[in-house]
Amino acid sequence: MKFEPWHDPAAKPYVQIEKVTKRFGDFTAVDNVSLSIYRGEFFSLLGGSGSGKTTLLRMLAGFEQPTEGRIFIDGVDMAGIPPYDRPVNMMFQSYALFPHMTVENNVAFGLRQDGVPKDEIRTRVAEMLELVKLTPFAKRKPHQLSGGQRQRVALARSLVKKPKLLLLDEPLGALDKRLREQTQFELVNIQEKLGVTFVVVTHDQEEAMTMSSRIAVMDHGHIAQVGTPTEIYEYPNSRFTAEFIGSVNVFEGNIVESEPDHSLIRSAEAGCDLYVTHAAHLAAGSHCWVAIRPEKVSITKERPADADTGRNVTRGVVREIAYLGDISIYQIDLPSGKRVRATAPNVTRRTELPITWDDEVWLCWRPFAGVVLTD
Amino acid sequence: MPAQDPSQSSPVPAGAAAGLPPVAPRTLKDRVLGVTRRLGLTGRGGVILGPYAWLVLFFFIPFLIVLKISVAEPAVGIPPFTKLVEWVDGGLDLHIRFSGFQALFDDDLYLLAYLNSLKIAFVSTLCCLVIGYPMAYAIATAPEKRRGPLLMLIILPFWTSFLIRVYAWMSILKDEGLLNNLLMGLGLIHEPLKILYSDLAVYIGITYSYLPFMILPLYATLEKMDHTLLEAAADLGARPWKSFLTITLPLSLPGIVAGSLLVFIPAVGEFVIPSLLGGSDTLMIGRELWNLFFNSRDWPSASAVAIALLAFLVGPIMIFQHFQGRDQDKGAA
Amino acid sequence: MRKSRLPMVLLGVGLAFLYLPIVLLVVYSFNDNRSLTVWTGFSLRWYHELLADSQMLEAAWLSLRIAFATACGAVVLGTLAGLMLARFGAFRGRALFAGMISAPLVMPEVIMGLALLLLFVSAEQLVGWPAGRGVLTIILAHITFTMSFVAVVIQSRLVSMDVSLEEAAMDLGARPAKVFFVITLPIIAPAIVSGWLLAFTLSLDDLVITSFVSGPGSTTLPMIVFSSIRLGLKPEINALATIVVAVVATGIALAGFLEARRARIREREESQAGRV
Ligand SMILES: Nc1ncnc2c1ncn2[C@@H]1O[C@H](COP(=O)(O)OP(=O)(O)O)[C@@H](O)[C@H]1O
Ligand SMILES: [Mg+2]
Repeated sequence: MKFEPWHDPAAKPYVQIEKVTKRFGDFTAVDNVSLSIYRGEFFSLLGGSGSGKTTLLRMLAGFEQPTEGRIFIDGVDMAGIPPYDRPVNMMFQSYALFPHMTVENNVAFGLRQDGVPKDEIRTRVAEMLELVKLTPFAKRKPHQLSGGQRQRVALARSLVKKPKLLLLDEPLGALDKRLREQTQFELVNIQEKLGVTFVVVTHDQEEAMTMSSRIAVMDHGHIAQVGTPTEIYEYPNSRFTAEFIGSVNVFEGNIVESEPDHSLIRSAEAGCDLYVTHAAHLAAGSHCWVAIRPEKVSITKERPADADTGRNVTRGVVREIAYLGDISIYQIDLPSGKRVRATAPNVTRRTELPITWDDEVWLCWRPFAGVVLTD
Repeated sequence: MPAQDPSQSSPVPAGAAAGLPPVAPRTLKDRVLGVTRRLGLTGRGGVILGPYAWLVLFFFIPFLIVLKISVAEPAVGIPPFTKLVEWVDGGLDLHIRFSGFQALFDDDLYLLAYLNSLKIAFVSTLCCLVIGYPMAYAIATAPEKRRGPLLMLIILPFWTSFLIRVYAWMSILKDEGLLNNLLMGLGLIHEPLKILYSDLAVYIGITYSYLPFMILPLYATLEKMDHTLLEAAADLGARPWKSFLTITLPLSLPGIVAGSLLVFIPAVGEFVIPSLLGGSDTLMIGRELWNLFFNSRDWPSASAVAIALLAFLVGPIMIFQHFQGRDQDKGAA
Repeated sequence: MRKSRLPMVLLGVGLAFLYLPIVLLVVYSFNDNRSLTVWTGFSLRWYHELLADSQMLEAAWLSLRIAFATACGAVVLGTLAGLMLARFGAFRGRALFAGMISAPLVMPEVIMGLALLLLFVSAEQLVGWPAGRGVLTIILAHITFTMSFVAVVIQSRLVSMDVSLEEAAMDLGARPAKVFFVITLPIIAPAIVSGWLLAFTLSLDDLVITSFVSGPGSTTLPMIVFSSIRLGLKPEINALATIVVAVVATGIALAGFLEARRARIREREESQAGRV
């Protein structure tokens, strides 16, 4: 069975954020945000720097109070509940490891605050260190650890109390690229093993796509879109999300036909009509944009068979080619001056270039490739 | 790892228990905390109360008392001033008198002392700045490893007694002291210079004693400065002197202001240096206040002098606090 | 860019200016002569005289006790004040508090001394406490002006400390008071030690405020030194100065040595980070 509690009307959200706004002076850091996060989710808050992700996370942890709106965790209104009384733990961006305590004592700290018996503390700390593969380092101080090890201590410390909800602020932000990729999977494994609900802040869209059950894309304090990685990527609801996640070609145009099963958009920029197999929910004549991902654009030298239809096919001149090994990225100038990106896997060896600079090429895409956007 | 299985319920931390509202079980401690909180006595409030009450009692109220006594009448007795308000024959009798302040204006001794204090403090501050700036600059631009020890050398004299350092200058500046011996030995002078017990000795003493207070804030701003700025300026063709004047100096202005005030304000009211190094004709207001208090036992007039001095210094003190506060806010952000 | 040597040269000259008087004092403390200018031979004469001066010794002992009590009191109040300024955000009367904390840093001592004395006299008249002036009033006055210096030291340390350490502790279930004692205090301990030493030194060295608030029988070392050098030079003071300098120098050298060793150990530990 697929894990999709957000489609289940009977499912009760574990975390409910209702119309939350946070202002610092007259600057609005979080703007009227509403979100429901379900038990067992790996939920990502994705957005550029300063978009309010950390502030939202800190309101969940109790370090900031919402200016307006309410936050419920497990049905309980969190207003006025201090961080030390919340069923939530947080992993800090800086890790915030206590420099004067050993790894072991760092991890034990949270259990000590609850007066857990000494023996139990010992076993639980040992299990946790085992889980994050840090047993040999138990007696070390944080400054005697590498960056990756510190990150795992921080994770162990925030998990040892078995919180139902773990908040992670850029958990992989301080790691180098290789370690980050490797740790992404470890993080997901641990999350699945412990069944903890994760809310993760990240500015790295690839990371969010890899790990998350759902993603909330944030922009200037408000939520631009919430959805699974596939939804966000394939069906962006705005130009902002489309352009923020991956790269995209956006053509400006006007609706010609608007039917429940398809839409037709005339675009001077594209130099052809765009036929899209979904409803645009717009009246004919309306102004709109169509987003098409570069990997959905095929690039050929031969004239495609359906070129006569004048739909979803256009031509241009290759201006740039970036060879990345597995794929190549082509930049094509259309007669309108619009530059289009297309990617193609390098199925043949590169020694014989099928397409090269200044070649005239045809671009075409399938009817399901485009998404109509209104803003 | 069975204990990690979330379905198994091992003792879970309070508040994290499944389904329960995140409220810790109500222990006695919680109940006490609850009561104190309702009374508005949070831990935070308690912490604020301590230092706040102390400063109000031992710093703020004393100034009100000085103000009050500055308008009382001197009297023979202990304490040597009259009550401000007295019940006389069933009526309220108010003894307010401005003769303490009056004397400040009648006797131009005090006016001269004020002016001379300002002059001495100002010139000494300037000397500290001229001597201290290159020193702070040199430390700030020294290799990072050497900055700590150099800074230590600046602070070190401060840990030895202030009084003893002033005393050291007495032995250097006196008629048959080291300086005069040296100058005469070199044949530059034939008679010892009368430096000790003169204004010049006071300038030297203040500059010497307060120099570290100038260097430290200067160093703090110069050290924070981005040295690539100078390289950028040089790259753009500025000569070293020009880039110093157009970049380093303006950027170190906060340090200059802080350091200057840290020297100037206490120097205006300085007592020890003029009374040990100055002559009997070296008028400084701190010394006059001391004399009024300890020798004439005229507490009201001493208080009036203090109030007048404070009135002079309120402006500089406010500027100083503005700079202090700015650093605090920067730190908090 | 060619670096000018001029500042370095001026730094050297400035340091000579700072240290020459102190060096002279030390050298002449071993001079077998009353004159502080002519060297007539090595002698420990002034040290003998100093140690025979029971009045001086008593005053020194009193000053040390006062300084100890002052430092302890000032560290408590100054740390709390630093905490308020660095961590409490906006609270009612913050501006007044910040003003009252930083004013003693620059306030002329004659004014502070006079104001505190008048407070003690008025309080005695009103409530009969503190009865007379003496050690207690000196300590109260010293705490008042030294706590500002401690507060500045603590505050700047707290500002540079990562706030998320305290937040993490709170997140793991520690209440604010616990966070302070278990996390904040150990981390800022070195600054607290510096603050304590600073308050101790300031108290030990203070003449003006002490003179105002002291009473009969509470004559401190600076008061004795002042009244004796006011009338002219006294070679025993050189001996006293040398002892002070020796104590300070030893302390600093020791602290420097310990710090260097700590740094070396830490560097070694950091370099092996990541290896089992
Ligand atoms: N305590 C604060 N006071 C004032 N402004 C703040 C504070 N915390 C965050 N902000 C502002 O709110 C905005 C969002 O910050 P943040 O939530 O940290 O963004 P992100 O984590 O998405 O980069 C930023 O512009 C930041 O400057
Ligand atoms: Mg952030």
